[in-house]
This record gives sequence, structure tokens and C-alpha cells, in this order.
Amino acid sequence: MPNMSLKKNPMPEQDAVVRAGNFKEVALGYTREIAMEEADRCLNCKNAPCVTGCPVNVPIPNFIAKIKEGDFQGAYEVIRTQNGLPAICGRVCPQETQCESKCVRGIKGEAVGIGRLERFAADYAMNEGKVSVETAPACGKKAAVVGSGPAGLTCAADLARAGWDVTLYEALHTPGGVLMYGIPEFRLPKALVQKEIDAIRALGVKIVTNAVVGRAMTVDELLEEGNDAVFIGSGAGLPNFQKIPGESLCGVYSANEFLTRINLMRAYTFPQHDTPVKVGSRVAVIGGGNVAMDAARCAKRLGADVTIVYRRGEEEMPARKEEIHHAKEEGIHFRLLTNPMEILGDENGFVRAMTCVEMELGEPDAKGRRRPVAKPGSEFELPVETVIVAIGNSPNPLIKKTTPDLPTEKWGGITADENGRTGKAKVYAGGDAVTGAATVILAMGAGKKAARAIIEDNA
Amino acid sequence: MFPIVKKRVLNDTVTLMEIQAPLVARKAQPGQFIIFRIDEEGERVPLTIAGYDREKGTVTIIFQKVGYTTEKLDNLNEGDALLDFVGPLGEPSHTEGITRAAVIGGGLGVAIAYPQAKALHEAGAKVDLIVGFRNEDLIILQEELAAACTDLTIMTDDGSNGHKGFVTQALEEKLKAGEQYDVVIAIGPLPMMRAVCNLTKPYGVKTIVSMNPIMIDGTGMCGGCRVTVGGETKFACVDGPDFDGHLVDWDEAIARSRMFRSEEAKAKEKLHKCRLTGEARSHA
Repeated sequence: MPNMSLKKNPMPEQDAVVRAGNFKEVALGYTREIAMEEADRCLNCKNAPCVTGCPVNVPIPNFIAKIKEGDFQGAYEVIRTQNGLPAICGRVCPQETQCESKCVRGIKGEAVGIGRLERFAADYAMNEGKVSVETAPACGKKAAVVGSGPAGLTCAADLARAGWDVTLYEALHTPGGVLMYGIPEFRLPKALVQKEIDAIRALGVKIVTNAVVGRAMTVDELLEEGNDAVFIGSGAGLPNFQKIPGESLCGVYSANEFLTRINLMRAYTFPQHDTPVKVGSRVAVIGGGNVAMDAARCAKRLGADVTIVYRRGEEEMPARKEEIHHAKEEGIHFRLLTNPMEILGDENGFVRAMTCVEMELGEPDAKGRRRPVAKPGSEFELPVETVIVAIGNSPNPLIKKTTPDLPTEKWGGITADENGRTGKAKVYAGGDAVTGAATVILAMGAGKKAARAIIEDNA
Repeated sequence: MFPIVKKRVLNDTVTLMEIQAPLVARKAQPGQFIIFRIDEEGERVPLTIAGYDREKGTVTIIFQKVGYTTEKLDNLNEGDALLDFVGPLGEPSHTEGITRAAVIGGGLGVAIAYPQAKALHEAGAKVDLIVGFRNEDLIILQEELAAACTDLTIMTDDGSNGHKGFVTQALEEKLKAGEQYDVVIAIGPLPMMRAVCNLTKPYGVKTIVSMNPIMIDGTGMCGGCRVTVGGETKFACVDGPDFDGHLVDWDEAIARSRMFRSEEAKAKEKLHKCRLTGEARSHA
């Protein structure tokens, strides 16, 4: 008889007041006992609807069954057959809209905590078990992967496991892409990302850092060097601004800059690390996505009083519910239905305030989201010293510029079919570089499909 | 790792280094830059490429000890290595179609003006190179500069080399004398580049400046290097670093260059902290 509790076992967490003052991981992970109890909630449905909700098709009931038996290493190995980065997915995937949204237990009560169980199995293998995975014998084929974020890492890992000779090129000094520069330590510890990357290196993938494809080398040169395929997973790295007056004042950051200083360059330890980050006592974060929540929670940990400014309502926020909830718990203020109009500076060119206007929701737009409209006469000044702009990113133009025969979309994304095939022979692409800014798991799914297409096309 | 294969002290505050970096040397062009990081704790700092040798796989950088990281870099010697060295970044300078140019370098900008002048000169252009230093003792690369142009003018603020004045004065004389330049290229501290632009504007001479703002990644990701040019926001790392100087918002660029001034002072304190007592000491 399975555990028929309607509620998911809660995730043990650091206390909200304590964690708002440190960068340590917020969610502490299930214990063995809690994990086995939660695994017991799974009904092991024959048709496994949860798997259809997973972009990388993890055999979910099978790994949960292993946890139920207490075979945690076995659970990890089941996940690794389909997912190269389980410790990461267990933490940052939006399970509530994917696997868990399809869970039968969710019809009456809460879905099985699939993400939490995935994280448990991965952490177990990393800390107490083995993370090695078998690879096929070398097949004599060679591939270059551009960008070492979730799409590139997944594609590289799948190709390496199929016996390919893979080289991964990364522009920054550390591989991992958004996992390293974007998502904060308290949500995704960097030591853990490092372990996942080490596991991919152990598959034989060569990683070249400090290599900017589009500058130091072109896609065509990679093909001329004898690569049978090139996969482009260069992400959506170019930050958007609102184009309102005052965005170039000192104290205005793109979320990318702010998060990169803190996560990749470890500015929160300044001056121990050399890169500084300047945060005023009052910070406004513009935007309502996960990146806005990450930036707000980082600023809070650096001692600021933080306000999220978002032009729609909470229901319309693209951020995960869990992130909004965590941010609120940590004391972050929300100014919803509020739109920034101008950032005001002092005599030295530093931010002193932001003029905003209150909004109300009007008719739904093409995507069905109700369009916010300004309330006349509702302008007010929000006193802040720092403004972080988290309103999205566009694809990086470097590869597009230097690969003239690679078809791209008007908005800058690379044109590719659902399996990552582009309009250029032997060149594949996936992740945010194709879709525009999305999630880690969708990028991983794209990397996986492209790897499959590359293997098929070269069979 | 990227070994330092040559170190040459040019004057008290300016040092030249050749770095073994074949991937960068292979593609480097005048006007482009690199980003280096000394060690695991280090910050990423952009520097303009001062020269390269594709065969030896080396890239030359010239830097002035102005802040914490450049001072730390200056403490390294031949045989030491940098942890990271990435490039070439930014768009190369345009040299096509230029037959008559004035290249203006101020202070450390001289080191960057040098490869630009050299590239134009080698492409067959007639190049007037005007460089400025505070005094005679600070003059660097004199032989190299002379070989990279048609006419070299060296100005000193105190006149100790016999040519007293700023680079703008020397340029103004030439403009007044009726020199017709296709382009004036100004490289150096922001106020100097602004002064050159103010001077050339009434003459209607196209003036290109090389911006070196605060940045982290150098590939368009952070947006920290944004510069307003002709009312539009540009990223110096992917759209620049060269821009039409008559269109640059100089007040904003100067204000932005000061964003981390107080943090820079704090970092420098760390450098000068006595290892024995842990006390900060002032830098003589």
C-alpha cells in the first residue's frame, strides 16, 4: 500500500531570516528517510504520464522505485541514462509545469516531489556513491560544441557517450554558462555544478575555456578542422534595457552584470575576490521572472532593502511560484502593477531615485496576458541607489555576424528545426540561441535532441 | 595558463609584456582588445592589444599601474603566467580607404595609438602621430613610434623635451595650417579624447576614439560597457571599442568610469597590507 498522504514531504530549508544574510543553499535536500517516504507516494503508473512532461524523458517511476527500495545509487544510474545533469535539474527545473503537472497524485492533493527526489538521488551519488557512466567505444567521429551552458553540456555528454570525440568551447574562463554566471550559489551551489562538469569531462569531453567562437575562430573554421558536426549553444546573453532615460547612470546594472559579478566573479566576498559590486541601501529590481528574483535575493544578501518593480500583477509573473515565495519570505517588497519611467541621478551621475507610474490591467494580448495600461496622474518617485534591469536577454550576435550562411530569425535567434538542424550543413543549434531566453531544462532537451540528430545524420 | 615570455619596463608606471597566447595571436587585429585574469581570485580586466606575432603566438600588452589589478600584474615577471587571457575581442579598426590620418595618443593611450598608426602607415597612409606625456622621463617607445608614422610630434606638459603643451595644441596647429585629414584617431584618457573631438568638430574632420569602459565578459553579456553614441546605447565590447567621437556622450562616459572608484581604493589597500602585521600602509 503506497503512502496516500495528499501532501508532498516539505523540503527542509534554511530559516528565511538567517538565509537572507548568507549565500549558502536555501533548500537543504531530503534525508534518506524523507526520500523513501516521498518515493512511496508514487503509484508507479503503467503509462507514466510524468515522463511525457519531462523534456529529457527521465524514466521517472523507475528511478523512484529504486529510491523506494533504498537503492539510491541505482536511482541515480536510471536518471543518468537520460539526464546528464540531474543534481542541477533537481534544483532548477520548473517541475510544477513539467513532470509534476502530469502526476496522477496531483489530481487530488499534491504531486509526488519528483524534482526533490531527483535531487536526492543525484546528491547521494555525488557525495556517497559513484558518478561514472559507461561510454561506447570511440566511433572515429568528431564534434565541436560552442558554449558550455546546459544545452552544450548535454549535447557534448550525449555525443561523448556515443563514442564521439567532443571539444567544448567556452568564451568565459569557467565552463557552465548560466549555471555558473547566472543562477546564484544559494539556489545552485557552484561546487555542485563543477562536479557535474567534471563528470562530463570524465566522459572524455575536452573543454577549451577562454575561446570566443565568432572572434578567435569561426564556425566554418571548426568545420575545416575536420569536425563532422558543430553544435551551437551560445545562449541568449545580450541584456535588454527598457530604453528609458537614466539607464546609463552609475548604479544601474543589467541583471547579467549584477549576477555575473556576484556568481562568477564572487564579488560578494570582495575584497577577498578582486571584483567589486556596488549595492546601495535601497535597490529596485525591474522585472518579474526568475532572473529578477535571483537578482533581488542576491541584493538582499548584500544587505540592501529590495523592491521588485513589475508592470503586471503577481499572477502574470513569469517566475516560478517557489521563487516568488522564497523572495517574499526573505523580506523582498513587491511593487506590482508599477512601471518605471525614468531613473534619476544625483550631481555625480549616481542613481538617487526612479520615477514610476501605476498600471492597471487592460485587454489580454496575443499571448493571453492582460496588457498593463498606465493610470494617468499616478506617477511617483521611488528612492533607490541601485537599479537592476531584469527584463530579458537577446541572442548574442557574434556567431550570426561571422557565419553569413547560417539562417537566423529577424529577432536574432538561429533558425533550427525541432531536432536542432539549422539551414547550414553539419551545423546544429539549440537552447536559448534558438528559442530566446527560456529554461535550463528546455536547453538541455534541445542539446539532447541535437545530439541524437547528429548521431543519426552521421550513421 | 598563459606564460609571460617578455617583460619590459617602459617607465616608472608603464610596462610592456608579451604573452604566449596562440589562439589570440592568430586572429588579432589593430583596435581589438583582450581580457586577462591573473589568478582564481582575480578580476577580468580589458586591455587593448598593442601588438602580436602570429608565428611566435604572442600578444603584446602595455599597461599602466593605475589600479589594484594592473599593479598586481606589474609584480609578475618573465616565466610567470596569467590564468586567463581571452581574445581578440571587439571590432578591428577600419583602415580601408584612409590615405591621410592623424593619430593622437595621450599617456598610456600612446601604447594603443602606436599599433593603429603602424597599421595605417604600413597600409600606405600618410600618418601624423602626435603623442603627449607629462614630462620627458615618461616618454615611451620613441623609436617604435618614429618608425610607425610619417611625422612624429612628442609633446610634454612641462616642456622638458622642448615641445611644451598638450596634444591638442599640436593638432590644432596642423589643422590651422590646412592639413586635410581623412580621419583623426584619438586614444587616451577620456578628457583628452573629448578635447580632441571638441577641437576637430568645427573642422568637420571625422574623429574616431577608442573607448575602454568597465566590462566583465567582453562578449556582449554584461552590458557594463555601455556607451551612448548618437543617442543610442552601444556596447563597447561588441559594437566598439572604436566609435565616432563626435557622437559620444562624454559626460556620461566619464561619470561611468568612476562607478567603482571607492571599491578600487579598498582593493588597493589590500595590495599594500603588510603580510607580517596585517596593517595597511600607505603607498609611497
